[in-house]
Amino acid sequence: MTATLEAPTPVEPDAAPPVVEEKRISRFLLAAGVIGVWILVWSFTKGQQTLDLPGRESTDLHDSLTGFRDGIIAGRDTNPVMQVTNAIAEAFRDIVDWLQRMVARPNLPRPVPEIGWLGVTAIATWIGFAIANWRIALLVAASFLSFGAFGYWEDSIDLLIVTGVSVAIAIVIGMPLAVLIGTSAWARQVVTPVLDFLQTMPTFVYLLPIVLFFGIGVSGAVVCTVIYAVPPLIRIAGFGIREVSPTTVEATDSAGQTYWQRLFKVQIPMSRKTIIVGLNQTILAALSMATIASFVNGPGLGQPVLNALVRGDFGGSFVPGALIVLMAVMLDRTTTAASERAEIVTRGGGGNARLRQILLVVTGVATLVAVYLSRFSRGLAEFPELNWGERVADVADDVMRGIVDTFGGFTEALKDLITYGFLNPLQSLIAESPWWLAGLAILALAFVFGGVRAAVVAVVCLAGILYFDLWHDAMVTLNMTLVATTLVMVLAIVFGVWMARDHRVDVAMRPLLDAGQTIPPFVFLIPVLALFGPTRFTAIVAAIIYAAPVAIKLVADGVRNVSPTTIEAGRSSGQTTWQEIVKVQLPMAKPSIVLAANQGLLYVLAMTVIGGLVGAGALGYDVVLGFSRSEEWGKGAAAGLTIVLLGVMLDRITRAAAERRT
Amino acid sequence: MRNTRSRGARLGALAAVATLALSACGGGSIEAETEANESEAAEAGGECDELNMAINPWVGFEASAYVVGTVAQDQLGCTVNYKELKEDVSWQGFGTGEVDVIIEDWGHPDLESKFFAEEGDGTGTDFGPQGNIGIIGWYVPPWLAEENPDILDWENLNDYAADFATSESGGKGQFLGADPSYVQFDEAIVSNLDLDFEVVFSGSEAASIEAFRQAEENKEFLIGYFYEPQYFMAEVPLVKVALPPFEDGCQDDPATVACDYPETELKKIVSTEWAESDSTSVGLVQNFTWTNEDQNLVAGYISADGMSPEDAAAKWVEENQDKVDAWLQ
Repeated sequence: MTATLEAPTPVEPDAAPPVVEEKRISRFLLAAGVIGVWILVWSFTKGQQTLDLPGRESTDLHDSLTGFRDGIIAGRDTNPVMQVTNAIAEAFRDIVDWLQRMVARPNLPRPVPEIGWLGVTAIATWIGFAIANWRIALLVAASFLSFGAFGYWEDSIDLLIVTGVSVAIAIVIGMPLAVLIGTSAWARQVVTPVLDFLQTMPTFVYLLPIVLFFGIGVSGAVVCTVIYAVPPLIRIAGFGIREVSPTTVEATDSAGQTYWQRLFKVQIPMSRKTIIVGLNQTILAALSMATIASFVNGPGLGQPVLNALVRGDFGGSFVPGALIVLMAVMLDRTTTAASERAEIVTRGGGGNARLRQILLVVTGVATLVAVYLSRFSRGLAEFPELNWGERVADVADDVMRGIVDTFGGFTEALKDLITYGFLNPLQSLIAESPWWLAGLAILALAFVFGGVRAAVVAVVCLAGILYFDLWHDAMVTLNMTLVATTLVMVLAIVFGVWMARDHRVDVAMRPLLDAGQTIPPFVFLIPVLALFGPTRFTAIVAAIIYAAPVAIKLVADGVRNVSPTTIEAGRSSGQTTWQEIVKVQLPMAKPSIVLAANQGLLYVLAMTVIGGLVGAGALGYDVVLGFSRSEEWGKGAAAGLTIVLLGVMLDRITRAAAERRT
Repeated sequence: MRNTRSRGARLGALAAVATLALSACGGGSIEAETEANESEAAEAGGECDELNMAINPWVGFEASAYVVGTVAQDQLGCTVNYKELKEDVSWQGFGTGEVDVIIEDWGHPDLESKFFAEEGDGTGTDFGPQGNIGIIGWYVPPWLAEENPDILDWENLNDYAADFATSESGGKGQFLGADPSYVQFDEAIVSNLDLDFEVVFSGSEAASIEAFRQAEENKEFLIGYFYEPQYFMAEVPLVKVALPPFEDGCQDDPATVACDYPETELKKIVSTEWAESDSTSVGLVQNFTWTNEDQNLVAGYISADGMSPEDAAAKWVEENQDKVDAWLQ
């Protein structure tokens, strides 16, 4: 109670402050005041009304959600919604099955696919050449050959098929919406919050309801991949269309063009480059979701990763994980190069068009020959077994065991230091407070940092969390999220500044960060488990590995973009390096740092469910539980929704805080 | 693509000549095999067609499923699809035709009431025991059992509670709960037996195994939920702690459980539609039965020796054709 009484004093959100410095200090003082009061009240009320629910118990609300699920399953033959979703699911299964029989697995009674590995590799390489250039073609060829040489040909092609089909559907759904939000301010107002919501929702939360409506396997995998992958396309392509210069539009309008002429002759061609950037983001998102969809038997490279995880076989999960990274690099570079080429061609460049056409025809014929050969020769249809994968897996295993043996004692100490010094005390405050105290304190902090709008969102989200009966678990998860994000930000600032100041560090770090962003997060679980055991800290480390790359990149870019003149001015007045970083670079890069914190939070939260697999308990465990045991479905669904609410709340508070600062 | 085809058509003649010349070396075998497959399918009396095997996420299950699948594929000519699924999702697959067989079921009263004919929609059918006996219980690493034999009786557990404490257990002793898929009453048992322990859930089988492995290696205190048959027992033979013995009905009310877990006869659960079909694989699955030792052997090939499940199953089938023949009667 007392906590909110303090809150109304802070600065008005709209009051334009002349002195930024002063306002910031007062805001932190206020926050400190809120926390002080919180600790004071907590010391008297600790452990009361925490709404703790034991791990295997559920409430009436959870049971009624389970009942809802049961009703849907029981009525699946008559329910019209289920009829539609089943028909869609069937269509997806048929499309993917057909593609698989063409290029991935034996099309019985043929002992091999219709097109063998040589043909598939040749087609992919030719496409790389046709839409980009010969360097990309080489990259594509090398990637496809690696899929086979490391022993994961079929899984790799399966993953590409699911990703490809999902991206195609995402384009069909996404482009009209992008046009809509690009041309109508009204549509933008409606669609943007939905996109925000979809992008805040952690990936695992989709799986439970989607499996219910679309079934397991290919269909469920495609649907969740589309849902995850479509927002970036809508957002970025919509932005591109909106940014087409109004003068151009007006000039051509005066020639009396129709809406469709304007759209297809002016707006879309002129925003082509941005649209391809959106497509690039969509493809990468689709790839990462298609990997996670292996949890619902989605085909692809996620499956061997998951199988190896079940066996505790790090090497076995590392190799397919690395191939996913390779695939991501291939798709990323190809679409980027394609967009650059598109740009050059629109400007009338792109070298000798005639020569290029001839080259395309010649290589096209060579491709057809390769396809033809791969249909008739066994050795060109089935990838020969080279077993490179097993050798790499053995090395990876040895390296991991070596690291575990060497650092075992040190990591134990690190775990204890963070857990006893940071995680446990904070958890005691957040989760052992009575629910009303924790709720009011969070609300007050939301108001202090984010103003009225953030506070309103916080009220709604906290009420929702309370409603879903998992308050205590939500607070434990919130605590882990905050601790993990803090550690992510420490890493982000240290490495971000270092990368921005030293080009060699940047060059060395970038590929590692890219890999960290694309490798499926569950690859790391085995080594992290071996180092830290099944604990909350393990979950935090896994979350940091997943979230740090994004945050580090954002901070590095922000610091690098600080105007050189400002830095020069400081240097000429005799600043030390330390002063330069703390007094100039970090303050000037503040918007990027706040954005990094926002993204870091959301990425950490997205790992909540993975954390549940390695001893984090709380909401992550509840989701896994709901996924595993039929009678707990409702509890799992409630936990999933609670994660979404936490995500929306944290996202809005950090964003509102960022807007007020800049 | 369309462009290539039309361009290709123009130059088709050239391509054809080139490919004829080149394909002479390795060609032919695919066509031959296609024909062989076709005639084999025609000859093989009853059709087998497809067999969809669920793979629940533990290695023992994988061993059973791949042995049955390998026999179905190599000796009955079925097309076997293996689907990595959690138990709950596997049962849902009966109705949609996505799953035909769950080869190792540890008992799911809730799912049975939903999918068996008596109370539910009848898409699932109990196909009888598959020979393995499931033993669930509280286990400690072998070094601990050896040094403190009295720890193997639940009544002495409180004396050691402090030794079991970890950063996760809030001052009490830590009891490591397991993957959420499994039947677990540990929170109730701990509180009803007045044990000074806190249940901390590992969250997955991999996490539990890694924890026991590290505990044995570094001689750390650890007690947790575990089970056999399980290949890991061959690597680290965990020792079972005696709880008050199981009696009929003592686990009926989850809140008052204060006894050990019962021994479970593991069952085969299948899709009713598939069971009523004339697929030749139905008889195989119906007759399939093997022992805990058999399963541990194959599971050991997979996890300890790093063989692929296909190879591990093929190896066992080759060495035990007599047992396999009994299933194919």
